[in-house]
Amino acid sequence: MSRSASIPLAPLLISVSLLLGACGGSSAGLTLYSGQHEQTTALLVKAFERRTGITVQVRSADEATLGNQLDQEGSNSPADVFYAENTPVLEALAAKGMFAPVAPATLAAVPSRDASSRGLWVGVSARVSALVYNTAKLTGASLPSSVLELASPRWSVKVGFAPSETDFQPVLTAIIRLDGAQAAERWLKGLAANARIYPDNEAVVTEVNNGESQLGPIDHYYWYRLRQEQGAGATTSALHYYAAGDPGNLIDISGAAILRSSSHRPAAQEFLAFLVSAAGQRVIEGSGSWEYPLRPGVSPAAGLPPLAQLGANSLTPAELGDGSEALAMEQRLGLL
Amino acid sequence: MSTLAPAEHLGSRLSHTWSERRRWPLVSVAGGALAAGAVLLPLAFLVVQAQRSGWGEVQRLLLRHSVAVLLWNSVRLAAACTALCAVLGVGAAWLVERTDVPARRLWAVLLVLPLGIPDFVVAFGWISIDPGFHGYLAAVMVMTLSLYPLVYLPVAAALANLDPGLEEAARSLGAGPWKAFAKLTMRQIWPALLGGCLLVTLGLLAEYGAFEILQYQTFTVAIFTEFKLGFDTVAACTLSLVLVMVSVAVLGGELTLSGRGRTFRPGPGARRGAPRIALGRRRIGAVGALALLAALALGVPVGTLGYWILHGGSSTLPSTSILAAAGHTALFSAAAAILSTLLAIPVATLAIRHRNRLTLLIERISYLPMALPGLVIALGLVSFSVRYAFSLYQSSAELIIAYAILFLPLAIVGVRSAMAQASPRLEEVGRSLGANRSSVFLRITLPLIAPGLGAAFALVFISSATELTATLLLRPTGVNTLATQFWVYTTNFSYGAAAPYAALMVAISAVPAYLLSRRMRTISRTGGPR
Repeated sequence: MSRSASIPLAPLLISVSLLLGACGGSSAGLTLYSGQHEQTTALLVKAFERRTGITVQVRSADEATLGNQLDQEGSNSPADVFYAENTPVLEALAAKGMFAPVAPATLAAVPSRDASSRGLWVGVSARVSALVYNTAKLTGASLPSSVLELASPRWSVKVGFAPSETDFQPVLTAIIRLDGAQAAERWLKGLAANARIYPDNEAVVTEVNNGESQLGPIDHYYWYRLRQEQGAGATTSALHYYAAGDPGNLIDISGAAILRSSSHRPAAQEFLAFLVSAAGQRVIEGSGSWEYPLRPGVSPAAGLPPLAQLGANSLTPAELGDGSEALAMEQRLGLL
Repeated sequence: MSTLAPAEHLGSRLSHTWSERRRWPLVSVAGGALAAGAVLLPLAFLVVQAQRSGWGEVQRLLLRHSVAVLLWNSVRLAAACTALCAVLGVGAAWLVERTDVPARRLWAVLLVLPLGIPDFVVAFGWISIDPGFHGYLAAVMVMTLSLYPLVYLPVAAALANLDPGLEEAARSLGAGPWKAFAKLTMRQIWPALLGGCLLVTLGLLAEYGAFEILQYQTFTVAIFTEFKLGFDTVAACTLSLVLVMVSVAVLGGELTLSGRGRTFRPGPGARRGAPRIALGRRRIGAVGALALLAALALGVPVGTLGYWILHGGSSTLPSTSILAAAGHTALFSAAAAILSTLLAIPVATLAIRHRNRLTLLIERISYLPMALPGLVIALGLVSFSVRYAFSLYQSSAELIIAYAILFLPLAIVGVRSAMAQASPRLEEVGRSLGANRSSVFLRITLPLIAPGLGAAFALVFISSATELTATLLLRPTGVNTLATQFWVYTTNFSYGAAAPYAALMVAISAVPAYLLSRRMRTISRTGGPR
């Protein structure tokens, strides 16, 4: 009886060791830590491999997990390139001295405001902060032209937002930069009093679409992705952009950097150059991620209004920083 | 991995005189030390990071109104869920293992499966039924329905292993069935019940994912804010220390409650199945209750997956890579379950058979990973291996070790409750007849604790199969599991594409649940091993 109680150990251990052998050896190619949309990253990597013959191992996780992991790995990191969805994590790691300078030609491929001011990362694609609203409950004409109005009692109980979402801090930081910290704190208090709190922007856009909330600040691509999954017929929400120059009308950049500890720096530079090349930017356009390519002359996916028409404010990623000021303010008010 | 071989197997074959049983069992001590060492590794990381924050930082982090609110939310949730899980777990286990309720094998599998469903699916399912399903009561309900198997499984294993003689004796002396249950059966399943409750409480302290969707904010939210938005490991670890302190209090409380008398079978050792209680007309009610539990805990999430597959815009036939992901999940989870169970044997042996301050400390420490967010444990392993064991870094072996550490508490509860039931007298008899330590272990102890080992294996396997955080950090680059693929698709609203991965997770989890139910059935039918 005791024989049947034992678990089939030997075959399992053998298969595990086989697997270890299969996965253990590190290749000569690049290792990419990617916090970006996985399907888009996979398409970019495939196109790059075809073009250059350099193989790329991709490690996908959310950017904050990868940021913490890179921080722990320090100079022993096996990563060559970090591709993040937002700039605060890039700024935070750059401040810790983890990145090598990006080649000037690569930096020059995108508008200078869309890259690190110290040349430590390059912007690859962009998203626009906007407002999603439920089309059964609100009409476009009644919507606020400024994000600041969301704190007014008029929107009490109607607005929903996600204070812990990485896309929210830039909006708060923008208000701090453009209107001052006091005004920003007043605004945040008003918004918090009005709003239903959601864990992330996926929940905001879903619940506005369901009608639980009537409107909420999100980045534009959440709505496009929701519409893509649900079909236009089942979508009972629409996107509204704030007035030109409004603090809420801002651009979030997704960018890439090269690890200072990388032992494949030339190949890593080649990868970054590809991301911002016309070919790489067209992959982003056609990938279904609904992000804006940054390279001048490459148009966004059909159905997206041109970025230049939206009138985003002039704040740069450097001015938006690592978001720590906004984070501290949210913590002070008990939102986090 | 050879160093992790079952402790007693390697037992010294030198002398086995009567005086030997008073001596320290060296192999168990070595195994226990190894387990405690593995657990202390990430805990050391936590302490090293936390002590880098100055007093000012500690004040900023801890002396906030919101932190007190969050901690209170965690505590009241854990209290309510633990109580409910205890009732559901014991009730369901008693019906399946001790009564003549129909289709017992089916229930034995169905009742375990909720543990194998990602929290995201469960929470999402309830929210799609009722968009207003948020807050405390929602969190209590969802977490109870997904965590009660942590009580059910060890208790069911204990009930299957029960010595019916005691209860019969009590009945023959005039005690009613309820009195016999309360006085004797409860006492025998007490370690299993307490252990299961401990797992539920500690697990809830560390839970994060489901509450994000249910919009119920617990203490882990404060920790994840520091990780996610502040990129501040020091702050996150400082906050995590609070969870450690709460857990220490919980572990102390459980120790006080568990210190009641002997639980081992005093019988002759030849096992026989306990007679099942005939429910009579109440069978319908019993089936109804089990069906309701299964429908709520399993029907809602599985229905959600079905809906996603039928209505999701991204539904396509999953690519062949789904098979590779399933293979990785099964292999990693099975290896972790074996490793964890092997580590749990010496820990439980020491705590039950050689109980003293040190062995209890080893056992208590081994529970701590359960109460810490997976991210903290995983980052601890990253930090250690990247410096001192780089060849192990991001290898399959490291991921398996990470799972084994994360879910060691589940294995310990499974093994410990079976060990507490098995009478040490039998082992002593074996030794007095001249058997050495290893053959006593193999021929007497192992068969006696087999149901507990099975429960331990199943619990660790199922939990590993749905693990995401440590998997994302430690898997070999380029290797996907069902959980990582599920995560990739759900973060992009591609629910239709995500659903097959979650369905496979549930299907894989059914395998150990099924094997375990067969094994327990064999014991109660044949009277088990001799």
